[in-house]
Amino acid sequence: MFRKKQYLALGAVALLALLIVSLPPRVAGHLKLAIGSLFLPLFGLAGVTEQLPADLADSVLPRRELLHQIDRLRRENDEYKVQTVQNAAVLRENNQLHALLGWQQQAPWKLKLASVITRDPANWWQTAQINLGSRDGLQTNLPVLTAEGLVGRVSAVGYTRSQVVLIGDPNCRISVTVENPAHDMGIIGASGPLDTSLVDLTYLSGRASLKSGQNVYTSGLGGIFPKGIPVGQVMDSRPVEFGLYTEARVKLSVDLGALDQVWVLLNPQVN
Amino acid sequence: MNILQTILILVAAFLAIFAEATFPVLRHWLGAQVDLLPVLMVYAALNLDIVAVALLAVLGGMGFDALSANPLGISILPLYAVGFLVHLRRDLILREVSFAQLVLGTVASAVVPALTLLFLLTIGKQPLLGWGTIWQWMVMTAGGAAATPAVFALFNWCNHALGYQPRTETSFRPDREIRRGRL
Repeated sequence: MFRKKQYLALGAVALLALLIVSLPPRVAGHLKLAIGSLFLPLFGLAGVTEQLPADLADSVLPRRELLHQIDRLRRENDEYKVQTVQNAAVLRENNQLHALLGWQQQAPWKLKLASVITRDPANWWQTAQINLGSRDGLQTNLPVLTAEGLVGRVSAVGYTRSQVVLIGDPNCRISVTVENPAHDMGIIGASGPLDTSLVDLTYLSGRASLKSGQNVYTSGLGGIFPKGIPVGQVMDSRPVEFGLYTEARVKLSVDLGALDQVWVLLNPQVN
Repeated sequence: MNILQTILILVAAFLAIFAEATFPVLRHWLGAQVDLLPVLMVYAALNLDIVAVALLAVLGGMGFDALSANPLGISILPLYAVGFLVHLRRDLILREVSFAQLVLGTVASAVVPALTLLFLLTIGKQPLLGWGTIWQWMVMTAGGAAATPAVFALFNWCNHALGYQPRTETSFRPDREIRRGRL
């Protein structure tokens, strides 16, 4: 009788697991977000707890230090204002040239700041969750970046939070261009499980002339990432398949292990 | 079914999943995050009934998958497989001995991620695998093993503090009292 109950439970759990795994992706996605929402109060609590030491440190900071920081930020702000004016002039000129040649004009990026609230608890995925969702205008496949460079793309969107698949995850492939005279193009693939700062750059031509330190940018191909977002720098390269094509390793510009805040690009214009 | 213990273990699973997703300290230092669900499953399988084991596998597995890129439900069967086998042999296991707890924690922490990866590959997913995965697997196994006696101690303390304790009886019985008097 005792054993019978155990085997009944085994059958029930196995059936339930199979049923859940075979749910349509859309339903499973919604269910996942709903279950994940149960953790929201704890995320809020963790955020407050993390903020508390910073607030305490701010409250004991000397007034002189604060004034010094304000002064430094004011000077930086002035410099950025001058640069913005210069950039606006360059943009106007660029748009005029685009218009003369009949090219599509580029709209300025619309960015939204998001905080990273969780990392993937499983070691075999490279994803994170951010505190923006559909109520903030997010959709799937929007690029996510920081000031240093590309981070990844939005892979699932809930009402208040979204999942971002990071560079180096097998589900985040990016078409990139190497900043060299030949403008070699390739695909950024997966990283290693341990060192996530190095990713593979594959499908480069066999004649690609890569050198260590060359910058790698998004190519704008593929329909997700706009052109020109920094991805990283070439570390080394090697010919593969008897020189048929070349593979390289790229050191990412962004430290994915220390992500705290990211920008979501809301209006990516891609080729 | 001990409701209090079942609720305690489910709350612990909820907190463990949250901690794994929110505090990536071990991932920074050791390159891998330790999963505490297999450890909790060992405790549940040894001390609770099969319904509690099934609840932990279903709710814990779905909670873990909800915060991960895993397909929803993929972690349920690996967790339950471990819980079921331990529960089936619970009468033969010296659950109070720390060494037995350590060995069970080691085996569970090794088997659950391996089975999950196997299921992921079976359904055609492409997880991040490489030579470093072996290191991550070792860290998860060692971390789970080290956490098992601590988890047992914590739950034993909780049960002692919150649960009903039967009154201990003294060896004194009035009917066997030797009454001394004049013969």
